[in-house]
Amino acid sequence: MERTMADSGSEDIAVIGNTDLTPSESQNNVRNTMFEKGTNLLKRMEISVAEAEKRTGKNAVNMQETYTVYLIETRPVDAVQEATSPVPDSLWRRYSEFELLRNYLLVTYPYVVVPPLPEKRAEFVWHKLSADNMDPDFVERRRVGLENFLLRVASHPALSNDKIFRSFLTEVEGKSLEGNRVRDRISSEGIVSSSCADSRIKALNATFRVKNPDKRFAEMKHYGDELQSVISQLLRVRARAADRLYGVYKVHGNYGRVFSEWSAIEKEMGDGLQSAGHHMDAYAASIDDILEEEEHYADQLKEYLFYADALRAVCRKHELTQYELETAAQDLCSKKQQQEELATGTVRTFSLKGMTSKLFGQETPEQREAKLKMLEAQIEEGEELVKERNVESGEFVKGAWADIERFKEQKDHDLREALINYAIMQISMCKKGIQVWNNAKECFSKM
Amino acid sequence: MQTFNLKACIPYWKCCFELTTVVPRLRRAGQLTDVCLLGSSGGETRTAARFVPSRASGAMSGGAPRSLPSSGQRPIQEICHPLSAEESARRDSSPEPQKDQSLPNGTPVDKSSPASSSSSLLNRLTLDDDFDGETRDLFVTVDDPKKHVSTMETYITYRVCTKTTRTEFDLPEYSVRRRYQDFDWLRIKLEESQPTHLIPPLPEKFVMKGVVDRFSEEFVETRRKALDKFLKRVADHPVLSFNEHFNAFLSAKDLNKRQGLALLTKMGESVKYVTGGYKLRERPVEYAAMGEYLETPTGAFTQSEFLTELREYGPVYSSWSSLEGDLHEPLEGVSGCVSRCSSSLEELTEDMSEEFLPVLKEYVLYIDSMKNVLKKRDQVQAEYETKLEAVVFREDKKTPVPTDVEKCQDRVECFNADLKADWERWQNNKRQDFRQLLTGMADKNIQYYEKVHDYTVGKLEVIVTLKGVMSTWNFCDMIATHFFSLKLPVGPEMFANIPLAKDTETQFDRACCS
Repeated sequence: MERTMADSGSEDIAVIGNTDLTPSESQNNVRNTMFEKGTNLLKRMEISVAEAEKRTGKNAVNMQETYTVYLIETRPVDAVQEATSPVPDSLWRRYSEFELLRNYLLVTYPYVVVPPLPEKRAEFVWHKLSADNMDPDFVERRRVGLENFLLRVASHPALSNDKIFRSFLTEVEGKSLEGNRVRDRISSEGIVSSSCADSRIKALNATFRVKNPDKRFAEMKHYGDELQSVISQLLRVRARAADRLYGVYKVHGNYGRVFSEWSAIEKEMGDGLQSAGHHMDAYAASIDDILEEEEHYADQLKEYLFYADALRAVCRKHELTQYELETAAQDLCSKKQQQEELATGTVRTFSLKGMTSKLFGQETPEQREAKLKMLEAQIEEGEELVKERNVESGEFVKGAWADIERFKEQKDHDLREALINYAIMQISMCKKGIQVWNNAKECFSKM
Repeated sequence: MQTFNLKACIPYWKCCFELTTVVPRLRRAGQLTDVCLLGSSGGETRTAARFVPSRASGAMSGGAPRSLPSSGQRPIQEICHPLSAEESARRDSSPEPQKDQSLPNGTPVDKSSPASSSSSLLNRLTLDDDFDGETRDLFVTVDDPKKHVSTMETYITYRVCTKTTRTEFDLPEYSVRRRYQDFDWLRIKLEESQPTHLIPPLPEKFVMKGVVDRFSEEFVETRRKALDKFLKRVADHPVLSFNEHFNAFLSAKDLNKRQGLALLTKMGESVKYVTGGYKLRERPVEYAAMGEYLETPTGAFTQSEFLTELREYGPVYSSWSSLEGDLHEPLEGVSGCVSRCSSSLEELTEDMSEEFLPVLKEYVLYIDSMKNVLKKRDQVQAEYETKLEAVVFREDKKTPVPTDVEKCQDRVECFNADLKADWERWQNNKRQDFRQLLTGMADKNIQYYEKVHDYTVGKLEVIVTLKGVMSTWNFCDMIATHFFSLKLPVGPEMFANIPLAKDTETQFDRACCS
């Protein structure tokens, strides 16, 4: 019972009639949803991170290192529909390159909640999962995460049109027309924008007080904080619970062994005991599947954990722009005040000028003229700056808020879907459990 | 010489009992030379008792007694119960047999002189059709644990209730209070007086004070159940249940205990294992592994740790739901489901540890008991063999076979017979118990999964009931197909409040209809 969604023109086939929603299938669902709401890019191109490979090479300090590269494949949609399936364009990139891309996007589109990358290091692990970055399971989950990242960027109305992003997807080193390596371009762009971003980032980290923050953003930031904390807590508890649950199932495995050994020496009870042992073993082994599904759910939660971070970053950027606006306005205000003082000769407030004039005497009229002229220029500049900053701030607020709304909708949808998938997995697990124990019961009744 | 044939369906076990008490009396009274069990068919056992009216005493005279069977493998039904002869000989030799036969509280044993007529013999032997003792005449329960605090010590007593129609008991009902020490006394007494029988095990005597709380409800309840089982097994045993000490335990107001010596003597390795007999000996070794495993508390411990984590899980979802708008209800639903699932799991693990482990433990203890009895049996056999060897060497001197060798032979045969009977009974019981246990365990697990299934479906319904914006065709399709394949009810009312795009609606209808 397979259907292709001819209407929406999706190239992927929805899997129907299968109770087990494997990670790839739910990924498929996410992809389809993104596609539908989608952007021009996705309509034209199919993107995937197909493989991962280990490489060794010399790093910046000329030392041997082992790292993993991921294969990015892109394919024009039309070709697939016509089922000619040409060889996709592909190139290999490593995690650090993805990081560079993301930093670039963060800086270039400050009002966008930029999709997060999968975690750099394995966190929230429990004993069975390895924290090793080279572990094949980790690499596989990271591959999925990177693909997800690319798809999310590609489905964002603003980000998907970015040139650098496009070249990230398609340009192979040394093959581009301009002869620029994409990485260099990203880094150079990055450096350029990061130099001004640097000061901004420094400012971000510094504590500053904004007088009139947009309430909505303050709320959003608070929400981001809370969301991050609650999801971290959830992941931590889940990791511990998974650890314990694993232990519980292994104990059942021990029972299974005991029963099997015991059945060898019993006459009449032998068969019954052996089937009891067998079922215990199957029960103990089923934990692996369950926990794999759970990991996928955890990964989805993790994505939103990092998304919360991105959300907070946008809010802080708003604060920053607001702060800059306010500083500019304040500057302007004080300059105007200075002008007034100078013009009228009154010293209204305690100022250095007042002090110096008292100490060293009044300045000459030429000096005053010069100063007034300078101040006027500065005030003009200041007014321009304030206007600019106002516009900037206004645009930022508009853009950011729109993106935040988009993000909220996406989050609600994705999380709901994640919960549903999890529930469905639980249900099918229960059904299996019931079946297994019913079979066992039959064996026991024949004892 | 009369041959009295009891054709009625007297089960073997009843016969055994009767023979141990009735026969000596008859024998003493000169009424009986020997008793043989002649074949049994279809649960029916016929007993022949040969009466000799004029025999003066039951003591065995010289010469090979006619009734003694040769040693070696014979169907159990054909083996006489020589212990009766043994007992009577023993009792005759002791000066005051009456003393042994009085209850600790001074009530003399009913020693009415055996009736000279066969009819009263018949009266004494109660007819019982049912081998399994469905028509039981002795019911024992242990309940109502209470804590006693005295200056010297604190301990728990249990109420032991007895209901019976047996004539050995003065009253039809008894209710006494006993503590663990008393049960221990009873067990030692049973081992002493019935050395050839497999005595059911008691729960462990010593508990590590630091690890387990002796007065916790859980521990007391587990112990009470084990003690109850112990008494029930004794009460069901054809021989043990008629033991005088058991009677005293059930009925006497105060037990005048003489703290007996520990019966479990350490047997030296020098006991010769005769291979000609039962392979039962080898089996207990394999149980040792299981016994060791059961001692480790890992099972219950890891489960309780898991439950602690799980209990934290639900509330986190609750606090998340308070942050969210649209997702508020779904997350609340998840939180509720997690809590309900964790309490179901709690129930399941409690059941597992309360019911499953104790049964396993009891059987391991039974094995220990069996090991000891087997050792004793081997010792008896070894004794017999050495004596026989000695006799064989003396054979040349043409002395008649001494009676003590024959007595040894009797003992061995008797031991074998008892042990085999007990072993078979135990095997049967074990199979039934385990079948019940495992089936019960399967049931509990099924119930658990069904509960979790229902909770999760409920949760799913909450999550899916979309109130606001959304949803794409893909989303609806996914839900519809999954619900369909899981045979869950999909109602269009779930999607009632969503503004669906026109084409989505039609597509959804199509999906629902298919």
